[in-house]
Amino acid sequence: MATSSSKPAGGQKTESSGFQYGPLLAGWLIPGAGHFLQRKWIRGTLLLLSIGGMFVLGVAMQGKIFTGAQNILDMLGLAGDLGSGLFYLISRQLGLGADGAQVTTADYGTRFIVVAGLLNVIAAVDAHNLHTGRKQ
Amino acid sequence: MIFRPSHFTAVLLFALFASVVFAITQRNTPKQMMRYGAVSFAAFTGSAIVLSWLMFLLAR
Repeated sequence: MATSSSKPAGGQKTESSGFQYGPLLAGWLIPGAGHFLQRKWIRGTLLLLSIGGMFVLGVAMQGKIFTGAQNILDMLGLAGDLGSGLFYLISRQLGLGADGAQVTTADYGTRFIVVAGLLNVIAAVDAHNLHTGRKQ
Repeated sequence: MIFRPSHFTAVLLFALFASVVFAITQRNTPKQMMRYGAVSFAAFTGSAIVLSWLMFLLAR
């Protein structure tokens, strides 16, 4: 069946068909974009500012951007970084981020970048839930 | 651009950004979001302060 329908908690019936993962993909690539597609402008803006701000501050703190995985911790860091979508890809292209933590704030910066990616995944899943009607 | 915050400033920034995302994604109405965000921010900063004091006392 190509068409699926669901009934959100508010009683409002939402029907969606075709490719359902647009908000999920958009939200992953650009923080808040999934919410913008749902016309949730304020939520999307707050998410963009929070996740984007966290990523930018992490880079400004000379945090490390993981490019490969030599051990399990690097693998987890890379998985977290990939959550930032275009922020991560553009940063890698521009060669931003330090190779290793040289100062204490660089260690914080590395965590900021990883957590920004993880928070972006949560936000993208939230946009998907809004699209499917699981959340209002 | 290089940004070098103090430990506590880093904690406050982390708590602020994480709380905003948690509030938006974990609650449905703006009122619930505000409340959850405030509680989450307080929990982040409060637990960081308590753990810092515990580590300071344990290290003595």
